[in-house]
Amino acid sequence: MPQTPLHAEHARLGASFTDFGGWDMPVRYTSDLAEHEAVRTKAGLFDISHMAEIFVSGPQAASFLDYALVIQSSAIAIGKAKYALICNAQGGIIDDLIVYRLADDEFLVIANAGNRHEVVAALKERAIFQGFVGVEDRSDDFALLAVQGPEATEKLQTIVDVDLSTLPYYSIDKGVIDGVAGYLCRTGYTGEDGFEVLVPAENSVQIFNALINAGIIPCGLAARDTLRLEAGMPLYGHELNLKINPYQAGLGRVVKLDRDADFVGKSALQSLSTKEANPVLVGLTGEGKRAARAEYKIFNGETEIGEITSGALSPTLGYPVAMAYVERNFSAIGSKVEVDIRGNRLEMTVVKLPFYKRSK
Amino acid sequence: MSNPTNLQYTKEHEWVSVEGDVATIGITAYAAEKLGDVVFVDLPKIGSQTTYMKICGEIESTKSVGELYAPLDGEVVETNSDVVDAPETVNSDPFGAGWLIKVRFSSLPELMSAAEYDALTGEA
Repeated sequence: MPQTPLHAEHARLGASFTDFGGWDMPVRYTSDLAEHEAVRTKAGLFDISHMAEIFVSGPQAASFLDYALVIQSSAIAIGKAKYALICNAQGGIIDDLIVYRLADDEFLVIANAGNRHEVVAALKERAIFQGFVGVEDRSDDFALLAVQGPEATEKLQTIVDVDLSTLPYYSIDKGVIDGVAGYLCRTGYTGEDGFEVLVPAENSVQIFNALINAGIIPCGLAARDTLRLEAGMPLYGHELNLKINPYQAGLGRVVKLDRDADFVGKSALQSLSTKEANPVLVGLTGEGKRAARAEYKIFNGETEIGEITSGALSPTLGYPVAMAYVERNFSAIGSKVEVDIRGNRLEMTVVKLPFYKRSK
Repeated sequence: MSNPTNLQYTKEHEWVSVEGDVATIGITAYAAEKLGDVVFVDLPKIGSQTTYMKICGEIESTKSVGELYAPLDGEVVETNSDVVDAPETVNSDPFGAGWLIKVRFSSLPELMSAAEYDALTGEA
């Protein structure tokens, strides 16, 4: 199983490991709950080097990405980022991505580890007809570290040369991190303020330890999952897959339909945008301490009306939260549904996402 | 973490402490560690019957659900209400304050020794 360049460091810190997207990743170091809380109240550090870094460059890079993705990448200013989807011709979601514009003719696309090869293959195939475009998978050259939490800026600032307070949300800048040149991105997947730090793989151990020495607490993927769930953020393979279209997933706003140029999936998405999506993604909350978890079935009486895609007892809120696909008729805010939790029914209520929003 | 030698064990990671005709039952440190932070325990009712290697309760962590297998046939005479109120005790003191149920039994099945359980979980 592939490992990130930091695997030995995780083991040294006493991490337990799990298979995530085909990678052997740290699931926790000490306690899921303590790590979750560290991100909500202090600053946490995640090794997310399993994620893919794909560089798209050349004079036609912007128009190529306009064609390959559902967003209008040519409209992204240099140094800015945008959340994106790559869809197939039927409008099904191949992956969700972050697109950073590094220069007029250069973009960085971050894809999920488990979809790395699908995304690279789709981009390369779509590049064939798009003139002078280079699509380069440089995932193995880089380590990606996420520093997240209310103290992320203050703690990370102690080892970087750029003034982080000048880097707005969804921006990227070159910087020197503990003496090593890399990129600083103000993005994340936890619902907190924070940064993602892209550094050469060969310097990752040094920088990982410098971040820990700066007082940032290493956190595993278990905490990352409950954090992103509370923040209502989708996880590919759970809320998103090839059979789901953006309108079902509540991501219709990401798809930029009102433009002249064609893009992959455009006609299918245009048609889907005019119909009522069904089933649709909702947020659910319940009472008590028993979690509705992924794949549990949802009922209205004896009729099955949906399925949980992610769920946990929310560490921050103290009650069960879940994301689920349900029949459209039961998707209105305030609708009551029943979840079958291993033979017992739990009443849950449809609520607006996210479950948790940080106070600014 | 070492497994106390005065306890007996099951392959499903329960420990059993026998005193007279009552067995105190919990899950091992190894099981608690594998589960992660325990946030909810569902224990059998007092007076209910347990059957050897049948599920009689559930232990939920943030990430997963673990099942509590009855290590012996008997009748539940006590459940640990402190653990119901503070499930994290299962992680902090699995072999002590984190005990789960007490069962009155008439005969004991063959259980594993600490050394056998160490071998099962790959501990020296």
